[in-house]
Amino acid sequence: MMSDALKVYPAKPEKVYFYATCLVDLFFPDAGLAGVQLLEREGIEVIFPQNQTCCGQPAYSSGYNDQAREVILPQLELFPEDYPIVVPSGSCGGMMRKHYPELFAGTPQQARAEAIAARTWELTDFLLQVCQIKLEDQGQPVKVAMHTSCSARREMGVAEVGPKLLGQLAQVELVEQARPAECCGFGGTFAVRHPEISAAMVQDKAQALLDAGAEQFVTTDCGCMMNIAGYAEKQGLPLKGQHIVSFLWDRLQAKDGGAA
Amino acid sequence: MSAQPIQVREFHPRVQAALNNPQIRSNFRRAMDGLMTKRTAAFAGWDLETLRELGAAVRLRALSRLPELLEQLEANLVQQGVQVHWAETGEQACEIIRDICQARGAKSVIKGKSMVTEEMELNHYLEAAGIEALESDLGEYIVQLAEETPSHIIMPAIHKNTDEISELMHEKTGTRRSHDVDYLTASARQQLREKFMRADVGISGVNFAVAETGTLCLVENEGNGRLTTTAPPCHIAVTGIEKVVEKLEDVTPLLALLTRSATGQHITTYFNMISSPRKAAEKDGPEAVHLVLVDSGRSNIYQDQELLDTLRCIRCGACMNHCPVYTRVGGHAYGTTYPGPIGKILMPHLLGLEDTRDLPSASTLCGACGEVCPVKIPIPKLLQRLRKEAVDGDSLQPSRVAGHGIKRRWLESLVWSGWTRMHASPGLYRFAGRMMGRLRGLMPSKLGAWTRYRSAPKPAAKTLHQLMQERSVKSQAVKQESKG
Ligand code: SF4
Repeated sequence: MMSDALKVYPAKPEKVYFYATCLVDLFFPDAGLAGVQLLEREGIEVIFPQNQTCCGQPAYSSGYNDQAREVILPQLELFPEDYPIVVPSGSCGGMMRKHYPELFAGTPQQARAEAIAARTWELTDFLLQVCQIKLEDQGQPVKVAMHTSCSARREMGVAEVGPKLLGQLAQVELVEQARPAECCGFGGTFAVRHPEISAAMVQDKAQALLDAGAEQFVTTDCGCMMNIAGYAEKQGLPLKGQHIVSFLWDRLQAKDGGAA
Repeated sequence: MSAQPIQVREFHPRVQAALNNPQIRSNFRRAMDGLMTKRTAAFAGWDLETLRELGAAVRLRALSRLPELLEQLEANLVQQGVQVHWAETGEQACEIIRDICQARGAKSVIKGKSMVTEEMELNHYLEAAGIEALESDLGEYIVQLAEETPSHIIMPAIHKNTDEISELMHEKTGTRRSHDVDYLTASARQQLREKFMRADVGISGVNFAVAETGTLCLVENEGNGRLTTTAPPCHIAVTGIEKVVEKLEDVTPLLALLTRSATGQHITTYFNMISSPRKAAEKDGPEAVHLVLVDSGRSNIYQDQELLDTLRCIRCGACMNHCPVYTRVGGHAYGTTYPGPIGKILMPHLLGLEDTRDLPSASTLCGACGEVCPVKIPIPKLLQRLRKEAVDGDSLQPSRVAGHGIKRRWLESLVWSGWTRMHASPGLYRFAGRMMGRLRGLMPSKLGAWTRYRSAPKPAAKTLHQLMQERSVKSQAVKQESKG
């Protein structure tokens, strides 16, 4: 587990690679764009390799390692320079950081996979620790809860990061839900392989967020967001979700609105 | 034993039944919340990470020398007067125990808590041989009264609340209906006390078997373990071969981890150390002590460097207490002797993947189990390994678990091939992304299991690929202009 290894943050670089993840790319590009803009606001040039597709995790976590390797192989070619690779997801970040070296151990790609793993950072962690970002809140008062994904928490070790970033926003009140560290029940293909267990978990998570008095929640991962917000929408619960970087970016812009 | 596998496979129906039962969900939620809080409190002020490192190291060291330590354990115990038996299968272990009982003309057996005897269904076996076997651990006693199996490895009757226990005891033993836990406990103890005095044989489990000193350690809270191992004239200890440790001092960190992880106790009420039968000058203790060492699939696990970690387990139950899946469905839904995360990584080896095919995937890989495991078993990694085995998914690491490949279906393989073709080709991926955006109005609002409980995600009008492409075109144009 990532928390076992000491993280050594790099100095703030001139350029980074942005690895969007397929969920952000197809469903939540605004979150990707917000992430890019937050990095640019820090004076960093963002390189978006157009050949990026998917980190391979869906196949990997289903046990199809051969297929995962096939998808990842071309992705290993996307980052030729020694810049950090920034990922707006704890889950895909964890895949690259923790599981690429395992998957390619003993193959000709081992060294490259390890190098990429060592350069991979979860976006909010990177903004806080490497960029030392300072945020000035322009939005209306709002009560927000934070759901840190399990992979962000346990594989990438960034549980403290989101609350710290939100803490910089003067008008944002961070409320804490019961059992914040408990999984929301997404788990990738788990949600369709074991839909009933997944539903029971997301039901409890949505309820905990509502009970905490949150007007909306923010999260590090679009998978969790689709799960929790999708559940709330279907059940008619007053709970909207947003990727944390979209939320942060909106707070810097909004002159008259609040959160989206 | 032979009827079990069919039942094990019916995972989904059992899960559904458990989820539909509000009593199960609230009993487990409340109990697990309590256990998690107690554990956290018990470790307050401890350098838990260092202690876990130590626990893991002790277990790993023992496992790395397992064959010789077992021999050393046997030699020391034999020298101290304990008879040692080896059983390759659960069935063999049952036979050995039956034979010991029959040789003594034993008619009744009292049992302390032992998961390995649950694993081999010893009680049924003995009853079929005309030997009464009574559980003396209160939880096990309740489960036995209810003709059920344990739903938790530390707290076998955790699925029942006081109401249910009161009703059960009233019905089966004639105690009055009561919410008074002390009264119910006292009644059970009263009934058990008489059995202890009459039992011909006591059977217990083992928490740690110390090779260097030939000591069997037994951790318990009710004193029933002490009685089981001292009151009857014969004591049979039963254990999986993995429970051996090298030295007495290895027990210290493991015990500190075990009681805190399991029940949040700094120490249990009883800690028994058994090394021999009653000696000539001693006033009490059994005249005969046996140890049955059970393999039952464990040496297979031992052959594999990665799977070996499964054998570090000290059976504390913390992984299930912290498991969001276990908390929702309870222990019986798994249909296996060991439920929860440890069950998911252990049972496929004991029963084969054919019967346990749905267990490895029944996890979000959230990692809560691995985070609390006192001996740092990488449970998510082992689940991942078993998923791979279930679909024969890795040509670089040939499968080896019995029943591997059982989940490989042509349809699912086809889906993954399609997925692979799409994502391994950046051009195809970008094209598909653009089409999804353009055709978003036509996207199905029903996506099978996903939309049973959630609304379908809507593809964005433009992918991030497109947006970034447009941005770079724009900035190129700006650069051109400013140059011109
Ligand atoms: S796997 Fe770890 S947490 Fe689970 S019962 Fe075994 S020792 Fe305890």
